[in-house]
Amino acid sequence: MNSTVVSTGTEGKTWGGGNQPLKASYGKMMMWFFIVSDALTFSGFLAAYGFSRFKFIDYWPIADEVFTHVPFLHGQELPMIYVAFMTFVLIMSSVTMVLAVDAGHQMKKNKVIWYMFFTIIGGIIFVGSQAWEWATFIQGDYGAVQTKGGNILQFGAYKTIDGETVFKRVPVEEFAVAAHTERTQHQNKNGLWFVDEGALPAFSVEDIYHGLEAHPNILIRTQTINEEGEKTVLSRAESLSQLKTNGKRYVKGANLEVNEYGAPLFADFFFFITGFHGFHVLSGVVINIIIFFNVIIGTYERRKNYEMVEKVGLYWHFVDLVWVFVFTFFYLV
Amino acid sequence: MADHAHQLEIFRGLIKFKSNTQKIWGVLLLLTIVTAVEVVLGIYKPEILMSPSMTPFEGGLGATLLNIIFSAFIYTKSLNLIFIVLTIIKAYYITWDFMHMRDETKSLRRLVVWTAVFLISYLIFILLQEGGYIESVYTNGFIKRDF
Repeated sequence: MNSTVVSTGTEGKTWGGGNQPLKASYGKMMMWFFIVSDALTFSGFLAAYGFSRFKFIDYWPIADEVFTHVPFLHGQELPMIYVAFMTFVLIMSSVTMVLAVDAGHQMKKNKVIWYMFFTIIGGIIFVGSQAWEWATFIQGDYGAVQTKGGNILQFGAYKTIDGETVFKRVPVEEFAVAAHTERTQHQNKNGLWFVDEGALPAFSVEDIYHGLEAHPNILIRTQTINEEGEKTVLSRAESLSQLKTNGKRYVKGANLEVNEYGAPLFADFFFFITGFHGFHVLSGVVINIIIFFNVIIGTYERRKNYEMVEKVGLYWHFVDLVWVFVFTFFYLV
Repeated sequence: MADHAHQLEIFRGLIKFKSNTQKIWGVLLLLTIVTAVEVVLGIYKPEILMSPSMTPFEGGLGATLLNIIFSAFIYTKSLNLIFIVLTIIKAYYITWDFMHMRDETKSLRRLVVWTAVFLISYLIFILLQEGGYIESVYTNGFIKRDF
């Protein structure tokens, strides 16, 4: 028996195997294909957001009025600043990642370790910031009234700031007083054990109406965007009648069902898109940590190439790439 | 991997970096400037950019065709158009320089980019078109929303 291996006669030919027409390793190519499919998922989300926004083009919340908070600067309206910071953190961590890949090409283990470390820190700061954004959005700040038709009525007053008359929102807590009510929250211990009720709203529409009557400077702002691109402010008489006839319940903050800033869909998409992206960042951080320890124990040093760092780097950059689009379509446009 | 060659030119060779590390910092500078421009425009919202730059053409079939061709300028606010273009510029540099697409073969590049661009453009077109249609039904179709 000279040989048990069957020779196919195609060795060295095009179909003999072992070719790399794309000059990329299997792992890297598959990472690219995964990225393409994931990009399609994200564009599905973002295009669906565009669809809903086009559907309610004249009623959509203005993102600048929603995301105005910056940690430690309580009570100041600073639209865009914090998201810009988050974007910068993510781009920065992309840079340290690409520097890690570069150091890997030069087989400099210690440099790879440090750059991977900074990348992970950047990722953690980003996820933390996003959690804070979520918490602030869920918490809400001024409160509003939802109407029978599902629209949102916000409260505010004209104020003169630097010689300019601007409409500023006024928190419902500031003018409405919660009246005594006989209605108590239903709990399973004092009623039906299999039925649950969420916390009762802090104010009834009646309370808010009395508050509005007592404060002649407060007006209602609707969801409708006027020709100047601003939300419509009703006159005093219209405000009172709108609240009286259509007001249904007091809402504060945002969840999947209501949103004090306007259309509930806005909140839904915010939670889904930034949540899905945040989940990607989180898994990116976890994968980065695994690779980080592999670098430390010298796995790639023994393997004599750092391609694994490059592959996880591709994923990490992709997460950054998606954020660039989320940033534009959620916060800017 | 030590012999891995990097293309060090950006802007079609207008700027050529001396090393890969230098190119990375150069691209970071570019991305930072673009983001800063976006943030400043987003905060100040210049009045002149708040409306589309062209008005729709009136008249027969020719006008309709022109409206379709120039739809980005006729139906989109200039500011939003600028944001979208800047975003695509950022996406290009992230993909080309951070993800090393510049160093891949032409076929891998096309495989990834064309597939995504084609499918995403199609998706955006049908969904936005449909959204606009439903909006017109809500506005003109005797559906009461304001209550």
